[in-house]
Amino acid sequence: MTVEPRAFVLAGARSEDAIRDALGQAYTVSEEHAAAGSGARRRTWLDTFDWRLFGAGLVLEHEQTRRGGRLVLASADGSPLAEQPVTGWRSGPVAQLPGGPVADRIAALIAPRALLAAASVASTRSVFRLLNADGKTVARIVADRSSAGATELDIRLQVSEVRGYSAQARRAAGLLAAVASPAMGHVFAAAAASGRSPGGYSGKVDARITADMPAQAAVVLLLRNLLDTLEQNVDGVLRDIDTEFLHDLRVAVRRTRSALKLLGDVLPADLTMHYQSEFKWLGDLTTPVRDLDVYLLGWGDLTAGLLAATADDLEPFREFLVRQRAREFRLLTAGLGSVRFRALTHDWGKALAELSEPVPRRGRKTKAAGARNPAAAGPASVAARVPARALLPAGALATERTARAVRQLTRRGAAITAQSPAVSLHDLRKRGKELRYLLEFFAPIYDQTAYRTVLSDMKKLQDCLGEFQDSQVQREEITTLARQLLADSAGPAGRGDAGRAGGGDQAALAATLLAMGEINARLAVLQQQARADFDDRFARFAGPVTQRHIQALLNRGEQ
Amino acid sequence: MKVYATYNIKGGVGKTTAAVNLAYLSAADGQRTLLWDLDPQGAASFLFRVKPRVKGGGKALIRGTKALDEAIKGTDFENLDLLPADFTYRNLDLLLDESARKPTERLARLIRPLAAEYDVLFLDCPPSISLLSENVMHAADVLVVPLIPTILSVRTLDQLTEFVAGFSGRRPRVLAFFSMVDRRKRLHQEITKSLAAEQPLVSPTAIPALSLIERMAVERAPVTAFAPRSQAARAYRELWSQLS
Repeated sequence: MTVEPRAFVLAGARSEDAIRDALGQAYTVSEEHAAAGSGARRRTWLDTFDWRLFGAGLVLEHEQTRRGGRLVLASADGSPLAEQPVTGWRSGPVAQLPGGPVADRIAALIAPRALLAAASVASTRSVFRLLNADGKTVARIVADRSSAGATELDIRLQVSEVRGYSAQARRAAGLLAAVASPAMGHVFAAAAASGRSPGGYSGKVDARITADMPAQAAVVLLLRNLLDTLEQNVDGVLRDIDTEFLHDLRVAVRRTRSALKLLGDVLPADLTMHYQSEFKWLGDLTTPVRDLDVYLLGWGDLTAGLLAATADDLEPFREFLVRQRAREFRLLTAGLGSVRFRALTHDWGKALAELSEPVPRRGRKTKAAGARNPAAAGPASVAARVPARALLPAGALATERTARAVRQLTRRGAAITAQSPAVSLHDLRKRGKELRYLLEFFAPIYDQTAYRTVLSDMKKLQDCLGEFQDSQVQREEITTLARQLLADSAGPAGRGDAGRAGGGDQAALAATLLAMGEINARLAVLQQQARADFDDRFARFAGPVTQRHIQALLNRGEQ
Repeated sequence: MKVYATYNIKGGVGKTTAAVNLAYLSAADGQRTLLWDLDPQGAASFLFRVKPRVKGGGKALIRGTKALDEAIKGTDFENLDLLPADFTYRNLDLLLDESARKPTERLARLIRPLAAEYDVLFLDCPPSISLLSENVMHAADVLVVPLIPTILSVRTLDQLTEFVAGFSGRRPRVLAFFSMVDRRKRLHQEITKSLAAEQPLVSPTAIPALSLIERMAVERAPVTAFAPRSQAARAYRELWSQLS
């Protein structure tokens, strides 16, 4: 029985020679022929698209041998944490992963993401025993010789502890550590050979802006980073790998729209205007599927809180949502495959590339402005149309726009009373998001402690507004969906989804609608709670402590 | 967790070789198996090349001040662990007598947590009739009793079954088998044949007296592991199939 092994990699050498060289003085090394776990296997390193396991210091491998498959979860230093057998599962959404110790360990960390193959190697495994003076096996070394395609990788050596002999495993690991490097490098090499870079994707804004770079250069850098994120997610959306691809794509679109709105005046005006409208189209294109995803992802919570109805009553509603999603998804893929979308990403990328050329000292507007597609007008025209404020230092722009966003949020929030309509809270939430995005855009300029303090101050207000608005949207949607469900079931049989609730199914339909009503009522309660919390949350945000934090942030941004 | 105990009041009848080989076969079947070498002589520990030493000795184990699982050692075989012997086990009777109420059931209580980790537990008992052996009988599901094919040793089986029959509540199943059977001795042949037919508690499988079994002490491994195709290994496998 093995616990707490450690893993290393050794370059080049034959595994047996390497082990004997490192450990031969302390132990008799004997190969365990036909040992359990030896022989050929395919090892596939799994992680989410955004490297959540890697980020948490975990390495998940799927091992496939002729006898079957298993998942092995290890820490970064190679110590196994959990394992479970799997049959017929290679990769995919964690929700489809059969239950077991590995699934239990990682589900919360990666849901709702899917596990994807980050690297795959063909391995031959040999097992060596380390014997003491009595000839007793006191530890084992598991050696993997692997290749990724034509690339031969370093040999991975894993110290496997024999129960009751932990000191010997530590000693063997210590001896190996003197001649080998930690095994995490093995995973890097496997990924590199498969053309992947661990940690290479993150949905976070990552534009290396500095305070003294020209404002336009900073905004272009930021927009390029957001376009990269958007483009990286398109394939995952089209293949419907998991719902986070669409989520990340939408966030990139929202951030782009906010950047164009709040900072777009450092770009040629016609360009900003054109892409504001194009990115609005893209945002709208993605909304229906995302809204349905939110319902389906939160299904467990939605049904868990039912009092009068049961989860079974809602099943027709869930099936309806799944059908709706399939329909909407077809429209989404058509949109993402359209000429308009391809032109949007291509031309936008091209325009940003042209703008990242050195800005002329004296920018001026030209008559080219106002063309239907300004990006297609050519580099000379784009670069020539830059406004004068493009040359402001980015630090000054950041401070000015952040301060303005704070003022707006504070003013509009203060104007909200008990009688204000829901839309005014929605509007406030949007202003809050804009402020948050601005902070994220210019994060590299700010003092990190001050930045994190302000974000954390804002979070409670934003959560409250989010709860309020999400409940509002879901209530409106559930009303619309109830009408659609009713219309679908009342239609003549044989047409699409129609006729599903004909005759004896009337009772089932009534139960479903009642259950939806219960959900609607619960959403109303949540919304009321959020509304009741708002005054206090806003007062804190507008209060002296948060404002002092914001001032400290802005002062440092200017430095 | 199924608990087997190899027991006989007499020594040198093949208890340890049976325990070691049957435990190995159980592990080879894929069952998580633990063998507790309760004999202070430590023969089973020796055969698995494990030092007959437990930190804190028998006292720590019986008093529960040291968890059993800390003392467990992995053998060289998959699924098979060993709880080694310790010379202080010679005093287990005294320690059990000191311990709380129901001293005859102390061992049964002590091994209960092991069920989370093991499917099968073998208890290899020292030759004696004592409080320890009574504890073993209360803890075991099956008493595996090796018998030398002599009239006298067969009498001890009757005494044992009577003793076990007197238990109130749970009683272990008793299964005896002839051990160290010398086919050249007519008496061995006669007794083996007649008693196996007459006595329902006696297995039809006999373990022959073979030098290969004695060789276990040289190889320091179960004969079922180092000579799996031998007559001895076959006999143990047959016995194990009747037990499991």
